[in-house]
Amino acid sequence: MPPVNLSTQVVQMLAGALLLISFAMLAERRSRRLLILLIWQGVVLVASTVIVAASAGLTHLYFSAALTLLLKVCVLPLVLFRLMRKLGIERDNEPLVNVPTLMLVGLGLVIFAFGLAQPASALATTVLRKTLGIAIAVILLSFLMILARRKAFTQVIGFLSLENGLFFAATTTTYGMPMVVELGMALDLLVAVFIFGIFFFHIREQFDSLDLDQLESLKED
Amino acid sequence: MEILLVLGFPLLGAALLAIVGARRYAAEVSVAASLATLLASALLVLRIIRHGPMTAWNEEFFIDPFNVFLVALTALVGFTTAVFSRPYMRIEASHGRLTPGRLRLYHSMYQLFMAAMLLALTTNNMGFMWVAMEMATLSTVLLVSLYRTRGSIEAAWKYFILCGVGIALALFGTALLYTAAEDLLGGEGMGALLWTHLDAVKGQLEPRVMGMAFVFLLVGYGTKVGLAPLHNWLPDAHAEGPTPVSAVLSGLLLNVALYAVIRCKILTDGALHSALPGHMLMGFGLLSTLLASFFLWRQRDIKRLFAYSSIEHMGIITFAFGMGGPIANFAGLLHMTMHSLTKSAIFFAAGHATQLSGTQRMDRIRGLLTIHPSVGWGLMLGGLAILGMPPFGVFTSEYLILITAMRDHPWATPVLLLALAVAFGAIFSRLQPMVYGDTDDQPLPHTPALVPVFVHLGIVLMMGVYIPPALAEWYRLAAQLIGG
Repeated sequence: MPPVNLSTQVVQMLAGALLLISFAMLAERRSRRLLILLIWQGVVLVASTVIVAASAGLTHLYFSAALTLLLKVCVLPLVLFRLMRKLGIERDNEPLVNVPTLMLVGLGLVIFAFGLAQPASALATTVLRKTLGIAIAVILLSFLMILARRKAFTQVIGFLSLENGLFFAATTTTYGMPMVVELGMALDLLVAVFIFGIFFFHIREQFDSLDLDQLESLKED
Repeated sequence: MEILLVLGFPLLGAALLAIVGARRYAAEVSVAASLATLLASALLVLRIIRHGPMTAWNEEFFIDPFNVFLVALTALVGFTTAVFSRPYMRIEASHGRLTPGRLRLYHSMYQLFMAAMLLALTTNNMGFMWVAMEMATLSTVLLVSLYRTRGSIEAAWKYFILCGVGIALALFGTALLYTAAEDLLGGEGMGALLWTHLDAVKGQLEPRVMGMAFVFLLVGYGTKVGLAPLHNWLPDAHAEGPTPVSAVLSGLLLNVALYAVIRCKILTDGALHSALPGHMLMGFGLLSTLLASFFLWRQRDIKRLFAYSSIEHMGIITFAFGMGGPIANFAGLLHMTMHSLTKSAIFFAAGHATQLSGTQRMDRIRGLLTIHPSVGWGLMLGGLAILGMPPFGVFTSEYLILITAMRDHPWATPVLLLALAVAFGAIFSRLQPMVYGDTDDQPLPHTPALVPVFVHLGIVLMMGVYIPPALAEWYRLAAQLIGG
């Protein structure tokens, strides 16, 4: 086991912050604040990637941090903010009836995530192996958010938070994927968000709202 | 070189059609691009037959008998679907369901989708395979919602979210795979994600991590295969999208996703030294087959009916690969080919049938043989073929799968037989009234292209009666590679 130095401690703290943000997202009703939370998640991700890059002396991680900064902190939030304004859903309030239950399920998921991470984090070579559990927890909490929410916009935020969790998992276990693959992933993500944007307009045009409760016509009988 | 052509033609076609896709000759351009892709893939096949497996471009691409046959199949069905969609989309446009702008989107995305699938098949890099699978999802999402009806938008949203989540799990699996391989193969730029390198050291990969990676990869890519219980997107996307898209989703995309699963299984088998991955495939396969066959009874929409039949058949194929061994793998590969040809032929015929009667509801489709005999015969013969009637090729592969199951896993045989019988009853009882009977529907404004239907069914029939030795040898080689 490597000695616990400052950078490891900072990264572990950031990982904790990531988890907290995920819980905050789970309970947040307003679309606007959700988006701001997503930006914070991106900032934490960039910070932790930079610290890992500095402590391990890996130049390619700086590139991937820069890519994350550009994509997840600048471009995507900008696109989503503009979409929100165009659709006029900045002040949308989504009724959440079962927050305590949601939180309890979330807690259960975190415990499950740490259990799941056990074998892989025992093998991970990086100084960050303790954080894999948190990464899996963020992924699972994002799933929960996608499942529990009924607004199209919120589901997309959940999807992007899921992507953040995956990125964090990749940096913690292996110091990130090869650069070309990361570029490909970034491109896919960008295209996905644009398509989501197109979809918002289509959904609203057809259903007069972004409430997914109305998307229930395709059922078995 | 050949790989460059195989990937280049559809990409070129996509770019070209993004510009001229709204013109009158767009469909012809699409057909030409698909034909060029088909010819290029034929060159690739010739090269593999002559020189054996090859890698290209710093080993970023890898072709062996297993994926080259899927490349050929993808290019073939891609070409015939382009031929079919030429009159089909014209009829849709003259029914007022599509505008020139949407047609441009359709043609361009269709070619991009082909390119994505061919990239997923030919790449040697597990990371790129993921990127290509995601690209295939993204390019088809807007095709599913092409008609912009409520139903189609809902279907596309479901498809996007469910497959997006699924593919995210696959990405996590890929990251774990990289973790397991990094120690052995080195990190950045050392090819730790190259399948050929992984295959060479698969015996030394850390089994616990590989087991976990495989679970994520199976569930992730399995979502795209349409394996239960993550199959929900599939019937909606098939029923609400345009018929050519249903045909390529069913006939090709499911195969490509299954191909990704099998590649991962080969690695996991080597690392785990146990039958666990195979058992997982068998479990998912049986569950999907059984579930889908019972859901078949509840369908009223013709395209939903055949979408569920796709889930059923993908289940059978997954089960076959789960059993492993030369015969089951051979049968699985054969069934992949047969299902893809038959199902796309059925969708072609069903598409024209819905155009004739103006609805997808099966109780309103009547008398196809009277109004348009070739559509009626296409649907009838396709239906019989997919139900596994001899002498069609589906019978051969299902028979092989069943006898292997009887020998190695007798407990699974009754389940399979039950599912097949239930599916037979469900589809046959719906098919008969649609084909026979009287009708007062109007004929179509353009002559439909039914040659692809009968070409596909012809190949399926031929494979049932006689598999050319060269082709059989090819399947045997591919089956050997999959091992298990």
